[in-house]
Amino acid sequence: MSKAFEANNVNITFDGNIKALVNVSLAAEEGKIFGLLGPNGAGKTTLVRMLSTLLKPDSGSLKVLGIDVVAEAEKVRESIGLAGQYAAVDEFLTGRENLYMVGRLYHMSHKAAKKRADEILEEFNLVEAGNRQVKTYSGGMRRRLDLGASLVSKPKMLFLDEPTTGLDPRTRLELWEVIRNLVKEGTSILLTTQYLEEADELADKIAVIDHGSVIAEGTSKELKNKLGGDVVEFKVSKSNEVNKAISAITKIAAKDPTIEENNIVVPVKNGPKGLLEVVRALDTNKISLQTISLHEPSLDDVFLALTGERAKDQTIQKSKKREVPRG
Amino acid sequence: MVNTMMDTWAITKRNLLRYIRLPQLLFFSSIQPVIFLTLFNFVFGGALGQNSPYGAYINYLLPGIMIQTTLFGSLNTGIGLAEDMGKGIIDRFRSLPLSRAAVMAGRTMSDMLRNVVVMAIMFIVGTIYGFRFMNGFLPAIMMFVTALIFSFSISWVAAFVGLTVKDSETAQLAGFVFIFPLTFASSAFVPVQYMPGWLQAFANNQPVTHAVNAARSFALGSPMNSAFWYLLAWVAGILLIFVPLSIWRYRKS
Ligand SMILES: Nc1ncnc2c1ncn2[C@@H]1O[C@H](COP(=O)(O)OP(=O)(O)O)[C@@H](O)[C@H]1O
Ligand SMILES: [Mg+2]
Repeated sequence: MSKAFEANNVNITFDGNIKALVNVSLAAEEGKIFGLLGPNGAGKTTLVRMLSTLLKPDSGSLKVLGIDVVAEAEKVRESIGLAGQYAAVDEFLTGRENLYMVGRLYHMSHKAAKKRADEILEEFNLVEAGNRQVKTYSGGMRRRLDLGASLVSKPKMLFLDEPTTGLDPRTRLELWEVIRNLVKEGTSILLTTQYLEEADELADKIAVIDHGSVIAEGTSKELKNKLGGDVVEFKVSKSNEVNKAISAITKIAAKDPTIEENNIVVPVKNGPKGLLEVVRALDTNKISLQTISLHEPSLDDVFLALTGERAKDQTIQKSKKREVPRG
Repeated sequence: MVNTMMDTWAITKRNLLRYIRLPQLLFFSSIQPVIFLTLFNFVFGGALGQNSPYGAYINYLLPGIMIQTTLFGSLNTGIGLAEDMGKGIIDRFRSLPLSRAAVMAGRTMSDMLRNVVVMAIMFIVGTIYGFRFMNGFLPAIMMFVTALIFSFSISWVAAFVGLTVKDSETAQLAGFVFIFPLTFASSAFVPVQYMPGWLQAFANNQPVTHAVNAARSFALGSPMNSAFWYLLAWVAGILLIFVPLSIWRYRKS
Protein backbone atom coordinates (compact mmCIF):
# COMPACT_ATOMS: atom_id res chain seq x y z
CA MET A 1 0.00 0.00 0.00
CA SER A 2 1.59 3.25 -1.05
CA LYS A 3 1.59 6.20 1.29
CA ALA A 4 0.15 9.68 0.78
CA PHE A 5 3.22 11.10 2.45
CA GLU A 6 6.10 9.95 4.59
CA ALA A 7 8.62 11.76 6.72
CA ASN A 8 11.65 9.91 8.06
CA ASN A 9 13.77 11.36 10.83
CA VAL A 10 13.32 14.90 9.65
CA ASN A 11 15.24 17.64 11.42
CA ILE A 12 15.51 21.35 10.87
CA THR A 13 17.02 24.15 12.90
CA PHE A 14 16.38 27.83 12.23
CA ASP A 15 18.80 30.62 13.06
CA GLY A 16 21.19 28.14 14.61
CA ASN A 17 19.15 27.47 17.73
CA ILE A 18 15.43 27.12 17.01
CA LYS A 19 14.82 23.42 16.60
CA ALA A 20 11.60 23.59 14.62
CA LEU A 21 11.47 19.85 13.90
CA VAL A 22 13.25 17.13 15.83
CA ASN A 23 13.42 13.58 14.45
CA VAL A 24 9.97 13.74 12.97
CA SER A 25 8.80 10.48 11.41
CA LEU A 26 5.24 10.21 10.13
CA ALA A 27 3.33 8.34 7.48
CA ALA A 28 -0.19 8.73 6.15
CA GLU A 29 -2.35 6.43 4.08
CA GLU A 30 -3.75 7.52 0.75
CA GLY A 31 -7.30 8.79 0.51
CA LYS A 32 -7.53 9.76 4.16
CA ILE A 33 -7.27 12.88 6.27
CA PHE A 34 -4.18 13.03 8.41
CA GLY A 35 -4.44 15.57 11.21
CA LEU A 36 -1.37 17.33 12.57
CA LEU A 37 -2.34 18.80 15.87
CA GLY A 38 -0.29 21.20 17.92
CA PRO A 39 -0.21 24.64 19.50
CA ASN A 40 1.11 27.75 17.80
CA GLY A 41 4.83 27.40 17.14
CA ALA A 42 4.85 23.60 17.40
CA GLY A 43 6.30 23.14 13.90
CA LYS A 44 3.18 22.37 11.84
CA THR A 45 3.78 24.95 9.13
CA THR A 46 7.42 23.99 8.90
CA LEU A 47 6.48 20.39 8.14
CA VAL A 48 3.84 21.43 5.61
CA ARG A 49 6.34 23.70 3.88
CA MET A 50 8.79 20.83 3.65
CA LEU A 51 6.29 18.37 2.24
CA SER A 52 5.13 20.92 -0.31
CA THR A 53 8.72 21.46 -1.56
CA LEU A 54 9.14 24.97 -0.12
CA LEU A 55 11.76 24.11 2.45
CA LYS A 56 14.51 21.52 2.61
CA PRO A 57 15.23 19.55 5.76
CA ASP A 58 18.66 19.69 7.40
CA SER A 59 18.50 15.92 7.59
CA GLY A 60 16.03 13.13 6.99
CA SER A 61 13.89 12.34 3.98
CA LEU A 62 10.38 13.12 2.81
CA LYS A 63 8.17 11.50 0.23
CA VAL A 64 4.85 12.56 -1.21
CA LEU A 65 2.87 9.94 -3.15
CA GLY A 66 6.02 7.87 -3.20
CA ILE A 67 8.10 10.65 -4.80
CA ASP A 68 11.15 12.04 -3.03
CA VAL A 69 10.41 15.67 -2.18
CA VAL A 70 13.97 16.95 -2.27
CA ALA A 71 15.26 15.01 -5.28
CA GLU A 72 12.14 15.35 -7.42
CA ALA A 73 10.54 18.56 -6.26
CA GLU A 74 9.26 19.39 -9.76
CA LYS A 75 7.40 16.12 -9.98
CA VAL A 76 5.91 16.54 -6.53
CA ARG A 77 4.64 20.02 -7.46
CA GLU A 78 2.67 18.52 -10.33
CA SER A 79 0.52 16.48 -7.97
CA ILE A 80 0.05 18.57 -4.84
CA GLY A 81 -2.13 21.46 -3.80
CA LEU A 82 -1.25 23.84 -0.98
CA ALA A 83 -3.53 26.10 0.98
CA GLY A 84 -1.16 27.87 3.32
CA GLN A 85 -1.84 29.31 6.73
CA TYR A 86 -2.81 32.68 5.25
CA ALA A 87 -5.21 32.82 2.34
CA ALA A 88 -2.82 33.37 -0.56
CA VAL A 89 -5.20 35.01 -2.97
CA ASP A 90 -4.73 38.36 -4.65
CA GLU A 91 -6.96 41.04 -3.21
CA PHE A 92 -7.08 43.14 -6.33
CA LEU A 93 -7.99 40.34 -8.67
CA THR A 94 -11.47 38.89 -8.87
CA GLY A 95 -12.10 35.37 -7.64
CA ARG A 96 -12.32 34.18 -11.22
CA GLU A 97 -9.06 35.89 -12.21
CA ASN A 98 -7.25 34.34 -9.26
CA LEU A 99 -8.34 30.85 -10.25
CA TYR A 100 -7.69 31.45 -13.94
CA MET A 101 -4.14 32.61 -13.21
CA VAL A 102 -3.39 29.50 -11.16
CA GLY A 103 -4.77 27.36 -13.99
CA ARG A 104 -2.48 29.10 -16.47
CA LEU A 105 0.46 28.57 -14.14
CA TYR A 106 -0.34 24.86 -14.28
CA HIS A 107 0.04 25.30 -18.04
CA MET A 108 -3.60 24.73 -18.85
CA SER A 109 -4.88 26.21 -22.09
CA HIS A 110 -6.83 29.46 -21.91
CA LYS A 111 -10.06 27.53 -22.42
CA ALA A 112 -9.29 24.80 -19.88
CA ALA A 113 -8.21 27.31 -17.23
CA LYS A 114 -11.41 29.28 -17.73
CA LYS A 115 -13.56 26.19 -17.50
CA ARG A 116 -11.80 24.98 -14.37
CA ALA A 117 -12.22 28.40 -12.73
CA ASP A 118 -15.95 28.24 -13.39
CA GLU A 119 -16.18 24.72 -11.99
CA ILE A 120 -14.44 25.74 -8.79
CA LEU A 121 -16.53 28.87 -8.32
CA GLU A 122 -19.58 26.65 -8.67
CA GLU A 123 -18.25 24.00 -6.31
CA PHE A 124 -17.36 26.53 -3.63
CA ASN A 125 -20.48 28.59 -3.86
CA LEU A 126 -18.69 31.64 -5.21
CA VAL A 127 -20.39 32.07 -8.58
CA GLU A 128 -22.04 35.33 -7.64
CA ALA A 129 -18.88 36.75 -6.13
CA GLY A 130 -16.73 35.43 -8.97
CA ASN A 131 -16.40 38.73 -10.77
CA ARG A 132 -15.81 40.83 -7.68
CA GLN A 133 -12.37 41.78 -6.42
CA VAL A 134 -11.29 39.56 -3.55
CA LYS A 135 -10.87 42.56 -1.24
CA THR A 136 -14.67 42.64 -0.99
CA TYR A 137 -14.82 39.01 0.21
CA SER A 138 -15.47 37.90 3.77
CA GLY A 139 -12.87 35.81 5.60
CA GLY A 140 -14.81 32.64 4.89
CA MET A 141 -15.08 33.43 1.18
CA ARG A 142 -11.35 34.07 0.95
CA ARG A 143 -10.64 30.76 2.60
CA ARG A 144 -12.94 28.98 0.20
CA LEU A 145 -11.32 30.69 -2.76
CA ASP A 146 -7.87 29.85 -1.43
CA LEU A 147 -8.89 26.25 -1.00
CA GLY A 148 -10.35 26.34 -4.50
CA ALA A 149 -7.07 27.70 -5.86
CA SER A 150 -5.22 24.77 -4.32
CA LEU A 151 -7.55 22.39 -6.16
CA VAL A 152 -7.23 23.82 -9.67
CA SER A 153 -5.07 20.94 -10.90
CA LYS A 154 -7.16 18.30 -9.08
CA PRO A 155 -4.19 17.32 -6.90
CA LYS A 156 -3.96 13.86 -5.39
CA MET A 157 -2.36 15.25 -2.24
CA LEU A 158 -3.62 18.36 -0.54
CA PHE A 159 -1.96 20.32 2.25
CA LEU A 160 -4.23 22.46 4.39
CA ASP A 161 -2.39 24.54 6.96
CA GLU A 162 -4.82 25.65 9.65
CA PRO A 163 -7.66 26.04 7.18
CA THR A 164 -10.20 27.22 9.73
CA THR A 165 -8.13 29.39 12.04
CA GLY A 166 -9.83 32.73 12.52
CA LEU A 167 -13.15 31.65 11.05
CA ASP A 168 -16.46 31.95 12.84
CA PRO A 169 -18.07 28.67 13.95
CA ARG A 170 -20.63 28.55 11.15
CA THR A 171 -18.05 29.10 8.41
CA ARG A 172 -15.85 26.52 10.05
CA LEU A 173 -18.61 23.92 9.82
CA GLU A 174 -19.09 24.81 6.16
CA LEU A 175 -15.42 24.30 5.46
CA TRP A 176 -15.41 20.99 7.30
CA GLU A 177 -18.12 19.82 4.94
CA VAL A 178 -16.05 20.87 1.93
CA ILE A 179 -13.02 19.02 3.27
CA ARG A 180 -15.05 15.85 3.91
CA ASN A 181 -16.33 15.93 0.35
CA LEU A 182 -12.81 16.22 -1.04
CA VAL A 183 -11.78 13.04 0.71
CA LYS A 184 -14.81 11.25 -0.66
CA GLU A 185 -13.47 12.04 -4.12
CA GLY A 186 -10.22 10.30 -3.25
CA THR A 187 -7.92 13.18 -2.31
CA SER A 188 -5.36 12.56 0.42
CA ILE A 189 -5.22 15.44 2.88
CA LEU A 190 -2.78 16.66 5.47
CA LEU A 191 -4.56 19.06 7.72
CA THR A 192 -2.93 21.01 10.50
CA THR A 193 -4.89 22.51 13.32
CA GLN A 194 -4.68 23.97 16.78
CA TYR A 195 -8.19 22.82 17.49
CA LEU A 196 -8.55 19.50 19.19
CA GLU A 197 -12.15 19.34 18.16
CA GLU A 198 -11.27 19.82 14.51
CA ALA A 199 -8.77 16.97 14.44
CA ASP A 200 -11.27 14.82 16.31
CA GLU A 201 -14.01 15.63 13.77
CA LEU A 202 -12.08 15.32 10.54
CA ALA A 203 -8.92 13.29 10.85
CA ASP A 204 -8.70 9.54 10.35
CA LYS A 205 -5.34 9.61 12.02
CA ILE A 206 -3.79 12.24 14.26
CA ALA A 207 -0.25 13.12 15.19
CA VAL A 208 0.26 15.43 18.13
CA ILE A 209 3.25 17.69 17.76
CA ASP A 210 4.81 19.84 20.42
CA HIS A 211 8.10 21.78 20.38
CA GLY A 212 8.96 20.18 17.04
CA SER A 213 8.55 16.58 18.19
CA VAL A 214 5.78 14.11 17.55
CA ILE A 215 4.59 13.18 21.00
CA ALA A 216 1.72 10.87 20.08
CA GLU A 217 0.16 9.30 17.04
CA GLY A 218 -2.95 7.31 16.35
CA THR A 219 -6.65 7.55 15.69
CA SER A 220 -8.63 9.89 17.86
CA LYS A 221 -9.90 6.81 19.67
CA GLU A 222 -6.43 5.38 20.22
CA LEU A 223 -5.23 8.65 21.64
CA LYS A 224 -8.14 8.74 24.02
CA ASN A 225 -7.47 5.15 25.01
CA LYS A 226 -3.99 6.18 26.07
CA LEU A 227 -5.73 7.60 29.08
CA GLY A 228 -7.50 4.35 29.82
CA GLY A 229 -11.26 4.49 29.42
CA ASP A 230 -13.14 7.52 30.63
CA VAL A 231 -11.99 10.33 32.84
CA VAL A 232 -13.43 11.81 35.98
CA GLU A 233 -12.66 15.49 36.19
CA PHE A 234 -13.20 17.49 39.34
CA LYS A 235 -12.25 20.75 40.92
CA VAL A 236 -11.57 21.03 44.64
CA SER A 237 -12.80 24.12 46.47
CA LYS A 238 -9.65 24.71 48.50
CA SER A 239 -6.29 24.57 46.80
CA ASN A 240 -4.56 23.21 49.93
CA GLU A 241 -6.70 20.08 49.58
CA VAL A 242 -5.30 19.08 46.17
CA ASN A 243 -2.67 16.73 47.60
CA LYS A 244 -5.14 15.21 50.00
CA ALA A 245 -7.53 14.58 47.10
CA ILE A 246 -4.79 12.96 45.02
CA SER A 247 -3.81 10.53 47.73
CA ALA A 248 -7.46 9.71 48.29
CA ILE A 249 -7.99 8.65 44.68
CA THR A 250 -4.61 7.09 43.71
CA LYS A 251 -5.97 3.58 44.14
CA ILE A 252 -8.94 4.23 41.90
CA ALA A 253 -7.00 5.93 39.05
CA ALA A 254 -6.22 3.74 36.03
CA LYS A 255 -3.28 5.99 35.18
CA ASP A 256 -1.58 8.92 36.86
CA PRO A 257 -4.01 11.77 37.34
CA THR A 258 -3.12 15.14 35.85
CA ILE A 259 -3.32 18.24 37.98
CA GLU A 260 -3.73 21.81 36.95
CA GLU A 261 -4.28 24.20 39.85
CA ASN A 262 -7.47 23.00 41.54
CA ASN A 263 -8.49 20.89 38.59
CA ILE A 264 -7.78 17.16 38.65
CA VAL A 265 -8.35 14.69 35.81
CA VAL A 266 -8.46 11.04 36.78
CA PRO A 267 -8.50 8.29 34.14
CA VAL A 268 -10.71 5.43 35.30
CA LYS A 269 -11.34 1.93 33.91
CA ASN A 270 -15.06 1.69 34.27
CA GLY A 271 -16.76 5.07 33.90
CA PRO A 272 -19.84 5.13 36.16
CA LYS A 273 -18.27 2.85 38.74
CA GLY A 274 -15.15 4.96 38.72
CA LEU A 275 -17.16 8.12 39.25
CA LEU A 276 -18.93 6.61 42.26
CA GLU A 277 -15.62 5.45 43.73
CA VAL A 278 -14.07 8.88 43.32
CA VAL A 279 -17.06 10.58 44.90
CA ARG A 280 -17.00 8.16 47.79
CA ALA A 281 -13.29 8.51 48.39
CA LEU A 282 -13.45 12.30 48.33
CA ASP A 283 -16.48 12.36 50.60
CA THR A 284 -14.82 10.04 53.12
CA ASN A 285 -11.90 12.47 53.28
CA LYS A 286 -14.29 15.45 53.61
CA ILE A 287 -12.93 17.20 50.58
CA SER A 288 -15.37 19.76 49.21
CA LEU A 289 -15.77 20.10 45.46
CA GLN A 290 -16.71 22.88 43.08
CA THR A 291 -17.52 20.63 40.14
CA ILE A 292 -17.24 16.99 39.14
CA SER A 293 -18.01 15.25 35.88
CA LEU A 294 -17.48 12.04 33.96
CA HIS A 295 -16.60 12.24 30.28
CA GLU A 296 -14.70 10.66 27.44
CA PRO A 297 -11.23 12.15 27.45
CA SER A 298 -11.05 15.08 25.06
CA LEU A 299 -7.92 15.58 23.01
CA ASP A 300 -7.22 18.41 25.39
CA ASP A 301 -7.02 15.86 28.18
CA VAL A 302 -4.73 13.79 25.99
CA PHE A 303 -2.51 16.78 25.43
CA LEU A 304 -2.48 17.47 29.14
CA ALA A 305 -1.57 13.89 29.90
CA LEU A 306 1.14 13.78 27.24
CA THR A 307 2.86 17.06 27.96
CA GLY A 308 1.76 17.84 31.47
CA GLU A 309 0.46 21.18 30.23
CA ARG A 310 -2.39 22.45 28.20
CA ALA A 311 -1.84 23.19 24.54
CA LYS A 312 -0.48 26.70 24.56
CA ASP A 313 1.15 29.20 22.31
CA GLN A 314 4.89 28.61 21.95
CA THR A 315 5.72 31.43 19.62
CA ILE A 316 5.44 34.05 22.33
CA GLN A 317 8.09 32.52 24.57
CA LYS A 318 10.36 31.79 21.65
CA SER A 319 10.18 35.18 20.03
CA LYS A 320 11.00 36.68 23.40
CA LYS A 321 14.00 34.42 23.73
CA ARG A 322 15.17 35.41 20.31
CA GLU A 323 15.00 39.09 21.09
CA VAL A 324 17.41 38.85 23.97
CA PRO A 325 20.68 38.80 21.99
CA ARG A 326 19.49 41.64 19.79
CA GLY A 327 18.45 43.96 22.65
CA MET B 1 11.07 27.93 -22.79
CA VAL B 2 7.50 28.35 -24.04
CA ASN B 3 6.31 27.52 -20.55
CA THR B 4 8.64 30.08 -19.01
CA MET B 5 7.23 32.73 -21.31
CA MET B 6 3.65 31.70 -20.59
CA ASP B 7 4.29 31.73 -16.85
CA THR B 8 5.99 35.09 -17.05
CA TRP B 9 3.10 36.52 -19.01
CA ALA B 10 0.52 35.16 -16.54
CA ILE B 11 2.39 36.81 -13.66
CA THR B 12 2.91 40.03 -15.62
CA LYS B 13 -0.79 40.24 -16.35
CA ARG B 14 -1.64 39.74 -12.73
CA ASN B 15 0.70 42.54 -11.64
CA LEU B 16 -0.61 44.91 -14.29
CA LEU B 17 -4.19 44.29 -13.16
CA ARG B 18 -3.09 45.23 -9.67
CA TYR B 19 -1.56 48.47 -10.88
CA ILE B 20 -4.72 49.41 -12.71
CA ARG B 21 -6.93 48.63 -9.74
CA LEU B 22 -4.84 50.17 -6.99
CA PRO B 23 -5.56 53.87 -7.31
CA GLN B 24 -2.77 55.03 -5.03
CA LEU B 25 -0.18 53.08 -6.99
CA LEU B 26 -1.25 54.68 -10.20
CA PHE B 27 -1.30 58.06 -8.48
CA PHE B 28 2.19 57.78 -7.07
CA SER B 29 3.63 56.42 -10.23
CA SER B 30 2.20 59.13 -12.49
CA ILE B 31 1.32 62.22 -10.46
CA GLN B 32 4.36 62.21 -8.23
CA PRO B 33 6.88 62.32 -11.09
CA VAL B 34 4.88 65.13 -12.68
CA ILE B 35 5.03 67.08 -9.42
CA PHE B 36 8.80 66.54 -9.25
CA LEU B 37 9.20 67.54 -12.86
CA THR B 38 7.21 70.70 -12.26
CA LEU B 39 9.02 71.65 -9.07
CA PHE B 40 12.50 70.99 -10.42
CA ASN B 41 11.73 72.84 -13.61
CA PHE B 42 10.38 75.97 -12.01
CA VAL B 43 12.51 76.02 -8.85
CA PHE B 44 15.90 75.25 -10.41
CA GLY B 45 15.10 76.23 -13.97
CA GLY B 46 15.54 79.96 -13.45
CA ALA B 47 18.90 79.63 -11.73
CA LEU B 48 20.37 76.80 -13.80
CA GLY B 49 18.84 77.47 -17.17
CA GLN B 50 21.15 80.37 -17.99
CA ASN B 51 24.32 78.43 -18.66
CA SER B 52 22.78 75.25 -20.01
CA PRO B 53 24.21 74.30 -23.38
CA TYR B 54 20.84 72.85 -24.38
CA GLY B 55 18.64 75.92 -24.12
CA ALA B 56 15.87 75.83 -21.55
CA TYR B 57 16.54 73.91 -18.31
CA ILE B 58 13.63 71.54 -19.12
CA ASN B 59 15.73 70.13 -21.96
CA TYR B 60 18.54 69.36 -19.55
CA LEU B 61 16.18 68.17 -16.84
CA LEU B 62 13.83 65.78 -18.63
CA PRO B 63 16.28 62.98 -19.52
CA GLY B 64 17.75 63.12 -16.01
CA ILE B 65 14.47 63.10 -14.16
CA MET B 66 13.24 60.29 -16.38
CA ILE B 67 16.14 58.12 -15.34
CA GLN B 68 15.47 59.00 -11.71
CA THR B 69 11.75 58.29 -11.95
CA THR B 70 12.15 54.96 -13.69
CA LEU B 71 14.74 53.94 -11.09
CA PHE B 72 12.30 54.70 -8.31
CA GLY B 73 9.69 52.81 -10.30
CA SER B 74 11.95 49.78 -10.41
CA LEU B 75 11.98 49.69 -6.60
CA ASN B 76 8.40 48.48 -6.84
CA THR B 77 9.75 45.14 -7.94
CA GLY B 78 11.27 44.57 -4.52
CA ILE B 79 8.36 46.08 -2.64
CA GLY B 80 5.86 43.96 -4.56
CA LEU B 81 7.81 40.74 -4.07
CA ALA B 82 8.22 41.38 -0.34
CA GLU B 83 4.50 42.05 -0.08
CA ASP B 84 3.62 38.86 -1.94
CA MET B 85 5.93 36.98 0.32
CA GLY B 86 4.28 38.37 3.44
CA LYS B 87 0.88 37.35 2.14
CA GLY B 88 1.93 33.79 1.36
CA ILE B 89 1.47 34.33 -2.38
CA ILE B 90 5.09 33.48 -3.08
CA ASP B 91 4.62 30.23 -1.18
CA ARG B 92 1.70 29.38 -3.42
CA PHE B 93 3.71 30.21 -6.55
CA ARG B 94 6.60 28.13 -5.32
CA SER B 95 4.34 25.15 -4.76
CA LEU B 96 3.19 25.32 -8.40
CA PRO B 97 5.11 23.70 -11.23
CA LEU B 98 6.03 27.03 -12.82
CA SER B 99 9.48 27.97 -13.99
CA ARG B 100 11.81 29.44 -11.40
CA ALA B 101 12.45 32.76 -13.04
CA ALA B 102 8.82 33.48 -13.96
CA VAL B 103 7.71 35.19 -10.77
CA MET B 104 10.59 37.70 -10.82
CA ALA B 105 10.57 38.05 -14.59
CA GLY B 106 6.83 38.76 -14.50
CA ARG B 107 7.39 41.33 -11.82
CA THR B 108 10.26 43.11 -13.57
CA MET B 109 8.32 43.02 -16.85
CA SER B 110 5.21 44.59 -15.37
CA ASP B 111 7.30 47.25 -13.63
CA MET B 112 8.98 47.99 -16.94
CA LEU B 113 5.63 48.33 -18.70
CA ARG B 114 4.46 50.64 -15.96
CA ASN B 115 7.58 52.70 -16.45
CA VAL B 116 6.63 53.05 -20.12
CA VAL B 117 3.33 54.63 -19.10
CA VAL B 118 5.01 56.91 -16.58
CA MET B 119 7.57 58.04 -19.17
CA ALA B 120 4.83 58.82 -21.65
CA ILE B 121 3.08 61.02 -19.11
CA MET B 122 6.32 62.79 -18.21
CA PHE B 123 7.13 63.31 -21.85
CA ILE B 124 3.75 64.94 -22.48
CA VAL B 125 4.07 67.24 -19.47
CA GLY B 126 7.70 67.98 -20.34
CA THR B 127 6.66 68.95 -23.86
CA ILE B 128 4.11 71.35 -22.43
CA TYR B 129 6.92 72.91 -20.38
CA GLY B 130 8.91 73.38 -23.57
CA PHE B 131 10.99 70.22 -23.92
CA ARG B 132 12.04 69.37 -27.49
CA PHE B 133 14.06 66.45 -28.89
CA MET B 134 16.94 67.70 -31.02
CA ASN B 135 18.01 64.54 -32.86
CA GLY B 136 14.92 63.22 -34.51
CA PHE B 137 12.85 60.10 -34.00
CA LEU B 138 15.22 57.16 -33.54
CA PRO B 139 17.52 58.80 -31.00
CA ALA B 140 14.40 59.98 -29.15
CA ILE B 141 13.25 56.37 -28.87
CA MET B 142 16.76 55.47 -27.69
CA MET B 143 16.39 57.89 -24.79
CA PHE B 144 13.37 55.93 -23.57
CA VAL B 145 15.12 52.62 -24.22
CA THR B 146 18.09 53.79 -22.17
CA ALA B 147 15.85 54.54 -19.19
CA LEU B 148 14.04 51.22 -19.58
CA ILE B 149 17.00 48.90 -19.80
CA PHE B 150 18.72 50.59 -16.88
CA SER B 151 15.65 50.51 -14.64
CA PHE B 152 15.02 46.90 -15.71
CA SER B 153 18.44 45.89 -14.43
CA ILE B 154 17.88 47.77 -11.17
CA SER B 155 14.54 45.94 -10.87
CA TRP B 156 16.52 42.73 -10.46
CA VAL B 157 18.60 44.30 -7.70
CA ALA B 158 15.36 45.37 -6.03
CA ALA B 159 13.99 41.84 -6.47
CA PHE B 160 16.96 40.43 -4.63
CA VAL B 161 16.64 43.01 -1.85
CA GLY B 162 12.88 42.46 -1.54
CA LEU B 163 13.22 38.69 -1.30
CA THR B 164 15.99 39.09 1.23
CA VAL B 165 14.41 41.58 3.63
CA LYS B 166 10.96 39.96 3.21
CA ASP B 167 9.12 43.08 4.33
CA SER B 168 7.74 45.69 1.97
CA GLU B 169 8.53 48.71 4.16
CA THR B 170 12.12 47.67 4.66
CA ALA B 171 12.39 46.97 0.95
CA GLN B 172 11.17 50.47 0.19
CA LEU B 173 13.50 52.05 2.70
CA ALA B 174 16.48 50.05 1.51
CA GLY B 175 15.71 51.08 -2.05
CA PHE B 176 15.43 54.77 -1.22
CA VAL B 177 18.61 54.81 0.80
CA PHE B 178 20.37 53.32 -2.16
CA ILE B 179 18.77 55.26 -5.03
CA PHE B 180 18.74 58.76 -3.51
CA PRO B 181 22.50 59.27 -3.32
CA LEU B 182 22.96 57.57 -6.67
CA THR B 183 20.55 59.87 -8.47
CA PHE B 184 21.52 63.13 -6.76
CA ALA B 185 25.25 62.51 -6.93
CA SER B 186 24.94 62.11 -10.67
CA SER B 187 24.49 64.35 -13.67
CA ALA B 188 20.70 64.04 -13.43
CA PHE B 189 19.97 67.55 -12.16
CA VAL B 190 23.16 69.58 -12.31
CA PRO B 191 26.41 69.13 -14.21
CA VAL B 192 28.96 67.06 -12.32
CA GLN B 193 31.63 69.72 -12.84
CA TYR B 194 30.10 71.88 -10.07
CA MET B 195 30.57 69.19 -7.43
CA PRO B 196 33.61 68.94 -5.14
CA GLY B 197 36.41 66.79 -6.54
CA TRP B 198 35.86 63.69 -4.41
CA LEU B 199 32.18 63.67 -5.34
CA GLN B 200 32.98 64.17 -9.01
CA ALA B 201 35.12 61.08 -8.89
CA PHE B 202 32.17 59.11 -7.60
CA ALA B 203 29.55 60.79 -9.81
CA ASN B 204 31.53 60.32 -13.00
CA ASN B 205 31.95 56.61 -12.50
CA GLN B 206 28.58 55.40 -11.34
CA PRO B 207 25.89 53.96 -13.59
CA VAL B 208 23.24 56.63 -13.03
CA THR B 209 25.53 59.26 -14.55
CA HIS B 210 26.22 57.00 -17.52
CA ALA B 211 22.49 56.42 -17.97
CA VAL B 212 21.67 60.12 -17.69
CA ASN B 213 24.47 61.14 -20.04
CA ALA B 214 23.42 58.52 -22.55
CA ALA B 215 19.77 59.56 -22.38
CA ARG B 216 20.69 63.22 -22.68
CA SER B 217 22.98 62.59 -25.63
CA PHE B 218 20.29 60.66 -27.46
CA ALA B 219 17.78 63.42 -26.84
CA LEU B 220 19.93 66.48 -27.30
CA GLY B 221 23.61 65.92 -28.02
CA SER B 222 25.55 63.51 -30.17
CA PRO B 223 23.48 60.34 -30.48
CA MET B 224 26.47 58.01 -30.63
CA ASN B 225 28.15 58.37 -27.28
CA SER B 226 30.44 56.40 -25.04
CA ALA B 227 28.11 56.80 -22.04
CA PHE B 228 25.68 54.37 -23.64
CA TRP B 229 28.34 51.68 -23.97
CA TYR B 230 29.43 52.18 -20.38
CA LEU B 231 25.82 51.84 -19.38
CA LEU B 232 25.36 48.66 -21.38
CA ALA B 233 28.36 47.17 -19.60
CA TRP B 234 26.85 48.11 -16.25
CA VAL B 235 23.46 46.68 -17.19
CA ALA B 236 25.01 43.42 -18.37
CA GLY B 237 27.08 43.18 -15.19
CA ILE B 238 24.12 43.89 -12.92
CA LEU B 239 21.91 41.35 -14.69
CA LEU B 240 24.66 38.75 -14.71
CA ILE B 241 24.96 39.02 -10.96
CA PHE B 242 21.44 39.75 -9.79
CA VAL B 243 19.30 37.51 -12.00
CA PRO B 244 20.89 34.30 -10.66
CA LEU B 245 21.09 35.79 -7.17
CA SER B 246 17.37 36.62 -7.16
CA ILE B 247 16.42 33.21 -8.48
CA TRP B 248 18.55 31.60 -5.81
CA ARG B 249 16.87 33.74 -3.15
CA TYR B 250 13.44 32.91 -4.49
CA ARG B 251 14.12 29.21 -4.34
CA LYS B 252 15.38 29.50 -0.80
CA SER B 253 12.79 31.94 0.49
N1 LIG C 1 11.92 30.97 8.65
C1 LIG C 1 12.05 30.86 9.98
N2 LIG C 1 13.07 31.45 10.61
C2 LIG C 1 13.21 31.33 11.95
N3 LIG C 1 12.38 30.66 12.74
C3 LIG C 1 11.32 30.06 12.19
C4 LIG C 1 11.10 30.14 10.77
N4 LIG C 1 9.97 29.43 10.50
C5 LIG C 1 9.53 28.96 11.67
N5 LIG C 1 10.33 29.32 12.69
C6 LIG C 1 10.18 28.93 14.10
O1 LIG C 1 10.01 27.54 14.14
C7 LIG C 1 9.03 27.17 15.09
C8 LIG C 1 7.92 26.39 14.43
O2 LIG C 1 7.20 27.29 13.61
P1 LIG C 1 5.94 26.86 12.75
O3 LIG C 1 6.28 25.66 11.95
O4 LIG C 1 5.49 28.05 12.01
O5 LIG C 1 4.88 26.49 13.87
P2 LIG C 1 3.29 26.27 13.75
O6 LIG C 1 2.93 26.29 12.30
O7 LIG C 1 3.03 24.98 14.40
O8 LIG C 1 2.67 27.40 14.49
C9 LIG C 1 8.58 28.46 15.74
O9 LIG C 1 9.33 28.63 16.92
C10 LIG C 1 8.94 29.51 14.74
O10 LIG C 1 9.19 30.73 15.38
MG1 LIG D 1 1.65 27.54 11.38
